[in-house]
Amino acid sequence: MALAVVIFLLVIGSIVFHFVSPWWFTESAAAWDSIDNTILVTFWVTGIVFILCNVFLAYCVFKFRKKEGHKAVYEPENHKLEVGLSVFTTIGVIAMLAPGLFTWAEFVNVPDEATQFEVLGQQWQWQYRYPGADGQLGVADTALVSPSNPFGVNPEDPNGQDDIIVNDPVMHLPVGQPIQALLRSHDVLHNYTVAQFRVKMDLVPGLMSTLWFEPTREGTFDILCEELCGIGHFVMRGAVVVEPQEEFDAWLATQPTFAETQSQPAPNVAAGQAAYAACASCHGQNGEGNQALNAPKLAGQQAWYIERQLNYFKQGVRGGEGDTFGQQMRAFAGMLADDAAVRNVAAYIETFQDTPAAPTVTGDIDNGYDIYDRNCAACHLDNGEGTWYTDAPKLTGMSDWYFVTQIQNFRSGIRGLHPEDDYGEQMVSMATAMSGIEEINDVAAYINSLAQ
Amino acid sequence: MAYVPLADQDKEMEMHHPHNWVEEYVFSQDHKVIAIQYGSIAVFTGIVGLTLSVLFRLQLGFPESVDFIDPNFYYQAVTMHGMIMVVYFLTALFLGGFGNYMIPLMCGARDMVFPFMNMLSVWTFLISVIILMASFFVGGGPTGAGWTLYPPQTAMEGTPGHDMGIVLMLISLAVFIIATTMGGLNYAVTVLQYRCRGLTMMRLPLTVWGIFVATVLALFAFPALLVAAIMMLFDTLLGTSFFMPAVIEAGQPLDHNGGSPLLFQHLFWFFGHPEVYIVALPAFGLVSDVLSTHARKNIFGYRMMVWAIVAIGGLSFIVWAHHMYVSGMHPYFGFFFATTTLIIAVPTAMKVYNWVLTLWEGDIRLNAPMYFAIGFIFTFIHGGLTGLFLGNVVIDLPLSDTYFVIAHFHMVMGVSPILVLFAAIYHWYPLMSGRMFNEKIAKLHFWLTFLGAYAIYLPMHYLGFLGVPRRYYVLGETDFIPMSAQDLNAAITIAAIFVAVAQLLFFWNIIWSLKHGKKAEKNPWGSASLEWQTPDLPPKHGNWGEDLPTVYRWAYDYSVPGAHEDFIPQNTPESVEPTVDTEHFDPDHDQSKADI
Amino acid sequence: MSVFKHLAVKPWERKGIIGGLKPEGAFDSPAERVALSFFLVIASVVFSLFTVSYFIRMELPDWQPLSEPAQLWFNTGLLVLSSVFFQWARSASNSEQPKNLITAFIGGGVFAILFIAGQLMTWESLQAGGYYLTSNPANAFYYLMTGLHAVHLLGGLWVWSKSSLRLLSGAEAKEVRLSIELCTVYWHFLLVVWLVLFAVLANT
Repeated sequence: MALAVVIFLLVIGSIVFHFVSPWWFTESAAAWDSIDNTILVTFWVTGIVFILCNVFLAYCVFKFRKKEGHKAVYEPENHKLEVGLSVFTTIGVIAMLAPGLFTWAEFVNVPDEATQFEVLGQQWQWQYRYPGADGQLGVADTALVSPSNPFGVNPEDPNGQDDIIVNDPVMHLPVGQPIQALLRSHDVLHNYTVAQFRVKMDLVPGLMSTLWFEPTREGTFDILCEELCGIGHFVMRGAVVVEPQEEFDAWLATQPTFAETQSQPAPNVAAGQAAYAACASCHGQNGEGNQALNAPKLAGQQAWYIERQLNYFKQGVRGGEGDTFGQQMRAFAGMLADDAAVRNVAAYIETFQDTPAAPTVTGDIDNGYDIYDRNCAACHLDNGEGTWYTDAPKLTGMSDWYFVTQIQNFRSGIRGLHPEDDYGEQMVSMATAMSGIEEINDVAAYINSLAQ
Repeated sequence: MAYVPLADQDKEMEMHHPHNWVEEYVFSQDHKVIAIQYGSIAVFTGIVGLTLSVLFRLQLGFPESVDFIDPNFYYQAVTMHGMIMVVYFLTALFLGGFGNYMIPLMCGARDMVFPFMNMLSVWTFLISVIILMASFFVGGGPTGAGWTLYPPQTAMEGTPGHDMGIVLMLISLAVFIIATTMGGLNYAVTVLQYRCRGLTMMRLPLTVWGIFVATVLALFAFPALLVAAIMMLFDTLLGTSFFMPAVIEAGQPLDHNGGSPLLFQHLFWFFGHPEVYIVALPAFGLVSDVLSTHARKNIFGYRMMVWAIVAIGGLSFIVWAHHMYVSGMHPYFGFFFATTTLIIAVPTAMKVYNWVLTLWEGDIRLNAPMYFAIGFIFTFIHGGLTGLFLGNVVIDLPLSDTYFVIAHFHMVMGVSPILVLFAAIYHWYPLMSGRMFNEKIAKLHFWLTFLGAYAIYLPMHYLGFLGVPRRYYVLGETDFIPMSAQDLNAAITIAAIFVAVAQLLFFWNIIWSLKHGKKAEKNPWGSASLEWQTPDLPPKHGNWGEDLPTVYRWAYDYSVPGAHEDFIPQNTPESVEPTVDTEHFDPDHDQSKADI
Repeated sequence: MSVFKHLAVKPWERKGIIGGLKPEGAFDSPAERVALSFFLVIASVVFSLFTVSYFIRMELPDWQPLSEPAQLWFNTGLLVLSSVFFQWARSASNSEQPKNLITAFIGGGVFAILFIAGQLMTWESLQAGGYYLTSNPANAFYYLMTGLHAVHLLGGLWVWSKSSLRLLSGAEAKEVRLSIELCTVYWHFLLVVWLVLFAVLANT
C-alpha cells in the first residue's frame, strides 16, 4: 500500500522536479536545432512512457495487494495484448530513431563550403592551427614535434608554410558559417567539447577525426576535454571566441604563420645581458636569487618559462592584488620593450651556471615524495626538471621558499585566477593536492632532496 | 573425488563427501558452499567498491573536504570502483553466487556437472581478487585510467598507476576470465545436460533462463576482454604496438608506432556491452520469479520472457559500438549501431510490460522481497528509458561523457540489479539459511536504499543535461554551468552517504538472523519452483536425499483454478494434484502481515 | 524438434512427465563432450578475435609483412601426423580388443611435442634473422598467435599425459575411451586452427 503511494508520488515528484529544475541544456550557439529537437521528441516520448508505466504499476500494486478471500487470476499469457504492446513500442522507437538518423546524416555529411581548422590536444592543453591563404593545412607528424614546432608540421610541405599557429588555449571562429574541426592528438585520447555547439568528438593519436558545426551566436564559450586523458584531465580547458568575420580576420592576422615561427631570429644574448643589469640587483649577477629581497633563483630555469612569466608581468596577468612582490616585478618587466627583448633576457639567463639553491625549507620527505609522485610528477617529471610539453617549469634546485610562496598564492587565489593565465589556472586546481603549509613544506623538502 | 555421471544420478551417491571441516567449508565441492564463497568474496569487493564511491563522492560534493583525496587518488578511486562493481562484484555475484546456488536446485540436480572444476573456479576467482587488491599496495598504486582502460593513456606517465597498477589489473582480469570460464562451462552444461526427469527447458524458471543465457554471453564475450588484455600486456611489458600509436610522453616520443587505440575500444566494448546483459539477464530472471511467487500468479507471458532473454542476449553482440559514437570511428557505423541499439528496446520493453502484467489481477503479498522487486521495476523503467537517449546517436553527441551517462548506467545496471540482488537474497534467505530475516529491518533497508538511490540518480541526469563532464576531480568555473550545480552535487553526495550507511541494516539483518531469526518453515513463500521442494531446509549436500525429483509441470502453477492451494509444486504429479501438505504452508503466518 | 519449436511450446498446457524414464540432456552425449564443444567455441572466439585484430592492424601504414620460415610446412606436417595418430587411437579404442592403442595414443602426443619444438625453432630462427617481437606488428602477431596456439596444445598435452599414464598403468580401453575421443576432437580442432592461422600468416 505504502509502496503504491510512494511510486505514484515519485512519478509526480519527478515531473515536478523537471519543471522546477533550473538545470537544463545551456543555450545553443550552433545550428544544431535538429539535435535539440530530437532530444525533445525523445524526452516527451520516454517521459509519457515513464508516467504511464509507473502509474499503472502503482495502480496494480494498490489494487491487487493481498486481501482476505481474494485470489489471483490464472492467465498464462495474452498473445494479442503482447503483440499490441510490441507494435506500440516499435512505433515509439521509430518515432525517436527516425529524426535521430536523419540528423546524424546531416552530421556525417560535412557541407562543401565548410572552412577547416585544426585542434591539437596534448596533455593538458589545447592548441589550434588555421589554414593560410591557400585554404589547406600542411601535413603534420608526431615525429617532428619539438619545442619550436609543437604541431609537428612538416617543414618540407609547401601547404604548411602559411598555416597559422595558435599556441594558446583560446581560439576564435567567425559567426554564421559552417566550420569543420579536424582533431588530432599527440599523446592520449582527448575530446573537443563546446557545450553550446552540442557536438563533440574524440581526438585520437594516430588518426584524424572531425566534426562540424555552424556557430550562430557571438560570445566566448568554454572548451572542455571530455575524454579521460590522465591526471590533468579536469584542468584541460580552453575557450572559443565566436565573433563577426571582420573581427575574426583581424585576430587571425595577428597570429604568426608556421614559416614565421620557424624563421625567428636567434635571440641576442649580448642584448639580453645588457638588459639583465636591472634584474641583477635583486636576482643576483648569476641569477642565483636572493631570499632577503624575495627574488627567486633564475639560473637553470627554462627559457620558455622565463619568457612567459615576463610577458605575464608585463601584461599584468601576474602581480595583481595581494601579490606584493609580483607587483614589483611588473615595473621591471615593463622595462623590456618588446617580445624580442624578453627573449633576449631569457636567452641570457639560460647561459648561467646552474648550481642548486641552498635548501631553506624542511619537511617530511617521504610524505613529500608521496604527494609529488602522485600528482606533480605527471607534468614536472619525476626528476622535477619540468618540460615545455606540459608547460611545467623546473622545480629541482630552484628556490624552495619561492615554491612555497607560489603554491600558497595558487591556493589562496593570488596567482592563477587571472582570465589570461591559462596555465596558472591549472595549478590552482592541482595545488589542492597539498592540503596546507605542512604538506607544501614536505613537497618542497622532497624537491630539495632531488637536487642532491 | 568422483562426480555423478548423468545417466545414474538417481542412485549414485558417491559424491565428493567431505571428511573434515576444511573439505566441508573451505575446499568444498558442494555448489551451495561454493555459491556462498563466491558471493562472500564478491560482496567483500563490493564493499571496497562502495567505500571508494563514498570517498570520491565526498570530493565531488565537498571539494577538498577530505585531506588524502588528491587528483591521483580520485582517478584511482573512480577506476577501481567501476571495474570492481561491474566485474568483480555484479558478474561474480550473479553468476558465481546465484548461478551456483540456483542452477542445480532449480534443475533438480545433485550438483554441478564438474564439482571439482567448480571449486577451482572459486579459488581462481579469489586469486584474481587478491591480485586486484594487491594493486592498492604497489608503488604508484592501482590504475587510474578509467574502468575502460583506454590506451594509450593506460601505460603513460600522467595516468595514475601506469606502471604496476595497470599490469596487475590486466593480470587480475585474465585470471578472472579463467575463473568465469571454468564456472561458466559448469553452469551452461549443467542446465543443458543435468536437468531432472521431466524438466524440459521450457519448464525451467526464468532465473535459470536468465543465468543460462548470461553465462553463454559471458563465455563468448569475456574472450574479447582477454584478447584485449593480452595485447595490452604485450604493449605495456614487451613494447609491441598493437594499440600504441606514435605518441609523446612528457615531451619525449615513445618507442611505439602505428598502433590503433580504436581497436582496443572495439574489443573492449565487444566484451563490455554483453557484460551489461551478463549482469542484467540474471537480474531479469531472478526478479521474475520473486514477482511471480509473491503475486501468487504465474509470470505473465512466459514464452515472451524467454524469447526476450534470448533475443536480448543475441542482440547484445551487435550493439557494442554505441559506446563509441564520439570515439572517432567511422561515422557511418553510427547508423547501424543506433538502429540495433534501439531495436533492443523492444524485447526489453516487453519484459517490463510482462512484469507489470504479472501484478495485474494478482494477489500481491507486499513483503520485503516484493518491495525490492517492485522497486526494481520502477528504477529499471527509468534507466531503460534514458538508454533511448544515449543509444540514439545524435543525442549522444551532447550527452556522452557527461553525468547523464553516469546516471543512466547506474540506474540501469547499478541500482536495478542491486535491488534485484536484495530481493533475491531476502527471498531465498530462508532456503539458504533455514531461517527468516527480520521483515521490519528489511523494509526499512528497502526504503532507505530505494528512495536514497533515486535521490542520487534522478538529479544526476540533470547535471548531465547541463553538460557537467564526468571524471572531473573538480569542476572549477565554466561559463555555462551555474554554481547551483555544485549544490546539487553536494545533495547527491549526502544521499549517497545515506544509502551507503543504510547497507549496514542489510548486513546486520543477514548476520543477526543467521542465529536469531525465526526458524523457517519448509517452502515458506509457497513457491512452486523446484528449489523449495528439497527434503531438507537448507538442502544438504546432494540436495535431494535418496531420489531425484521428477517434474510434471512448469514452475509457475500459481492460483490454478480448481486447485486446493494457490500453488502447485513442479514435482506434483498431475494425477494427485493437489498434493500439497497443508501444514507446509500456512497463509496465516504470511509475512505480508508485517506490512509497515 | 527444432529449437524454434521448443521455444514455441506453451509449458503451462502440458502436464505430466515429458521424456523417458531417465532424465534427458539437451544433447545426446556425455557432459564432458558438451563442455568440450563449448570450450572449442570459446577458443574459436579467441582466435577469431585475434585474427580480426590482425586484419584491422594490417591496414595501418607501418605494417611490414613477415616472410614465414619454410620450416612451418614441416611443422604443419608434424601436427597433421599428430592428428592422424589420435584418430588412429580413437578408432582403436572403439574396438573390443584394441590393438596398438598405446602406440597410437602416445605417438599422437609425441608428434604434438615435436610440433611445439619445431615452432620454438622457427621462433629462434626468426630471432636470429632480426625479426624481433617489437620491430613490427606483423612479427608481434606472429609470435602472439603461434604462442597462443602452442599454449592450447600444451593444455591438451596435460590431459593427454594423464590419460597416457592411465593407459600405461594398464587401464582398459573403455575406461579411457571418452578421454581419447575428447583428445582427438581437441587435436583436430587445433589442427584446423593452425591451418587457418598458417593460411592467414602466410598469405599476408
